Amino acid sequence: MESMEKEGVRSSQETQELERREITLSTLRQAVLNGLDSSIKTDQFLLNMGPQHPSTHGVLRVLLDLDGERIKKAVPDLGYLHRGTEKIAEYRTYNQIIPLTDRLDYVSAMANNYAFVRAVEKLLQLKVPERAEFIRTIVAEVQRIVNHLFWLGTQALDIGAMSVFFYTFREREVLLDLFEKMCGARLTTNYYRVGGVEGDLEQDVIDALYKFVDTFEPHILEYNTLLEHNRIWLARTKHIAVITGEDAINFGLSGPTLRGSGVDYDLRKYEPYGAYDLVDWTVPLGQNGDIYDRYWIRIEEMRQSASIIRQCLDKLPSGPFMTDDHKVSFPPKGRVMHNMETLIHHFLLVVEGFKTPPGDTYCGTETPKGELGFYIVSDGSGKPYRMKIRAPSFVNMGAFDFMARGYMIADIVTIFGTYDIVMGECDR
Amino acid sequence: MHPVAESLRRRFPDVVTGSREALGDLTVYLRESGALDVFRALHDDEEFRYDYIVDVTSVDYPMDADRFEVVYILYSIPRRHRIMVKIRVPESHPVVDSIVSIWRGAEFMEREVYDMMGIQFRGHPDLRRILMPDDYDEGYPLRKDFPLVGKGWRDDFSFVPKYFENLPPLPEGRK
Repeated sequence: MESMEKEGVRSSQETQELERREITLSTLRQAVLNGLDSSIKTDQFLLNMGPQHPSTHGVLRVLLDLDGERIKKAVPDLGYLHRGTEKIAEYRTYNQIIPLTDRLDYVSAMANNYAFVRAVEKLLQLKVPERAEFIRTIVAEVQRIVNHLFWLGTQALDIGAMSVFFYTFREREVLLDLFEKMCGARLTTNYYRVGGVEGDLEQDVIDALYKFVDTFEPHILEYNTLLEHNRIWLARTKHIAVITGEDAINFGLSGPTLRGSGVDYDLRKYEPYGAYDLVDWTVPLGQNGDIYDRYWIRIEEMRQSASIIRQCLDKLPSGPFMTDDHKVSFPPKGRVMHNMETLIHHFLLVVEGFKTPPGDTYCGTETPKGELGFYIVSDGSGKPYRMKIRAPSFVNMGAFDFMARGYMIADIVTIFGTYDIVMGECDR
Repeated sequence: MHPVAESLRRRFPDVVTGSREALGDLTVYLRESGALDVFRALHDDEEFRYDYIVDVTSVDYPMDADRFEVVYILYSIPRRHRIMVKIRVPESHPVVDSIVSIWRGAEFMEREVYDMMGIQFRGHPDLRRILMPDDYDEGYPLRKDFPLVGKGWRDDFSFVPKYFENLPPLPEGRK
């Protein structure tokens, strides 16, 4: 009774307000029934969002041209996290650039390391030992799971489902602890090397990985119980930010953002590297090209990653984890302090770096966010003459205006989330 | 010669100046004038179908007559083939045709090339700086004559407070 009175009060206030704006309540009701057509006068205005907005996953500013709550135009303003990585790289040896790539996409550093060392190896035409290829594949897939868990938690948090975050971060911690065991760091890992990896995969890490992939499926089901039939989640993700496959290709989207529209483009299948062609897995594809499909794809990719990890662990060959081509790899540390020539060799590799043949190459790698490519021009010295980073987040942002038009202002947050955007990579 | 390069040479003899295959990549060199027709053919024609734009970037060779090289990396999803297209432009007139009308994803990539290397794109819908501030007038950071550090020391900027000189007086009783 009391609440009804309150409602009565509010509606009379509303009516007064509407009369002042020469709109009667009946026309409003009619307008609502007609699906918010032009009979409501809405103001057009420009809204500045960011750069310090919690949902932008970094520092990103968007200028929104709004008609009421509807987006007419969205202009992203990038560059708040620009650190000039490409310029710095021209003054560093290849081994010094690997830690720089950690800082691009700082939630999946391993994947960036992998993309960079692959580009340099393509330039050198270097063959990597088989065990190293398997270790790299395993670690890259672990990183994919870490990244997608992070994405799922934050995307749900952006939409308002807070509890998913706690569950996904519980599993993410387990994997980050494994990273710490492998290379001493949790986020900026610096684990891959040109010609192999920095350290071997120890037996306790292998056991822990087996344990993880065996218990991971129930965890995915657990996340799904929180989201799959959640009406708010469905309302906020279904039919939002729809993009057709043709448009997605034309915009150069990549990763789950492209595959959500049903385009079968995955570099792990198209140009197999690592051990991806030696194990059995599939590329999940969406149908509708909306946010829900991209969510579904990331969930499926985590399942596929777990399967790839298990198969690679089963097949893990023995042998060296670093190439024995000492033009690029460091001599054994034990001999450096006893052998003059080895010491000089070590010194030259640190100071001058290894030389790459003159030429240029592009090498793309399927990271959790999409195609991360390195275009390297070499002039024959130990440093790249020019290094261009093709960052998936940056290219995906190019389609932001196209995908946001016509949706509500509240959907902006979910559209940022669906790209899995990380500004460190976008602005470089 | 690669069949794609051969076909391009046959169809555009005035524009295609050469091709190269190295490290498994096909590179085609174009002249600036008429390059847009080649790009349109690369996108539309059934024999090429390069529907996916991977990247647009640029390299600076300060010693060369045509100083800048604009590099386009295209991929064909149906044919699973990658191609690099390169155009050289001189410093006096660093302008190429924009390909945004063919691949809309090129909009941000071309803006980045303009921002970092100062190459203009004719017909680009919104050619502004993208990563650097809009009012940045120190030049183009990825050119080779732009230094890594040393565009003036901190003390050279009038708006930065000077240390060790003109310090404000200490409060009473403090040394």
